[in-house]
Amino acid sequence: MMETHLSLLIQSIFIENLALAFFLGMCTFLAISKKIETALGLGIAVVVVQVITVPVNNLLYVYVLKEGALAWAGFPDVNLSFLGLISYIGVIAAIVQIMEMILDKYVPALYNALGIFLPLITVNCAILGGSLFMVERDYSFAESITYGIGSGVGWALAITALAGIREKLKYSDVPAGLQGLGITFITVGLMSMAFMAFSGIQL
Amino acid sequence: MASSGPKQVLYDPVFDNNPITLQMLGICSALAVTTRMDTALTMCVAVIAVLVLSNASISLIRNHIPTNVRIIIHMTIIASLVIVVDEMLKAYAYDISKRMSVFVGLIITNCIVLGRAEAFAMKYGVGMSILDAIGNALGYSVILIAVAFFRELFGSGTIFGVTILPLTTDGGWYNANGLMLLAPSAFFIIGLLIWALRAWKPEQVEKSEYKIQVHRMEAI
Repeated sequence: MMETHLSLLIQSIFIENLALAFFLGMCTFLAISKKIETALGLGIAVVVVQVITVPVNNLLYVYVLKEGALAWAGFPDVNLSFLGLISYIGVIAAIVQIMEMILDKYVPALYNALGIFLPLITVNCAILGGSLFMVERDYSFAESITYGIGSGVGWALAITALAGIREKLKYSDVPAGLQGLGITFITVGLMSMAFMAFSGIQL
Repeated sequence: MASSGPKQVLYDPVFDNNPITLQMLGICSALAVTTRMDTALTMCVAVIAVLVLSNASISLIRNHIPTNVRIIIHMTIIASLVIVVDEMLKAYAYDISKRMSVFVGLIITNCIVLGRAEAFAMKYGVGMSILDAIGNALGYSVILIAVAFFRELFGSGTIFGVTILPLTTDGGWYNANGLMLLAPSAFFIIGLLIWALRAWKPEQVEKSEYKIQVHRMEAI
């Protein structure tokens, strides 16, 4: 039991890294990775939102949307899975909004640190992607928590590492056409290759 | 958006103001579906459909949307359109839809769709918004198909599944480049495409933050 969770965690952090292996959350990944501090803030925000939304969407999928999931309410023939996408994005938007309000009231320090990143997270494909992968791979509730942690941490790790590289990279002499976005893509490609070295790991 | 002529609205985003290489939008879904031409093409068609319909419908009701809740309204419209596209793909192209797995659903969070709704459809009429949508979707498609072309050609020696470079495993001469089928190659190809595009259109080059001083020994 413990082993499956540990292996799922390792797998989602390193081997199937959302950013470097599935290209999810790329827009924010490239736009907000110029400084380590902001990248770390956004990374933490993603981890927190991911840990909450993936399990909540899991419950929603298992008890409401899945084929025959409404049997407990007396509708065994109903299949609402076509409503999946719109419900997941709704849940994500709602949770981000609620988190924003809670943080503002009780943890103002963290709220100020995360500030502008929280609303951005709603349209971060890594979050929706996490939920969709959870549905596609049919994770149980416990597994979905582990997957939420793993995928969030993996994304945060990738963006912080990229920010570290970019902070140094800005002092280097890059060919004019590659300046900015171009060299960032090449860097991410190299990072993605480096992460592929993990792919042999099995627990 | 400096220009307002319909032709410019349509053509500008293709090379001059490309959503992927310049505006940095919609990269997420752009890369994962590009290992083969057919999935890339399906993705392009799906994005064109969603973008045109969402821009048209948002521009149609733009005067009735309260600004505070506009994002939620945009998301609802986009999500409904994506669901329609997803169900259509499942019904008529099941194999491809299986291979694209979650990436059709991720069109919802494709920043191009929301970005164009916010930046263009909220301000202009229906006709112009549709042109803008087609232009941006084409700009997206050009990059997507270019990346898919290189990845499929060099990764598996085929285009649309038709053998172009006969593989050594089948008795041909071409040794397939496995890296092309893996994630890093997509980053490299986009990076190089950006380089090529900016070499062609130097006005898109970003300014570097630091100027590197050249040491001139002979001057001393």
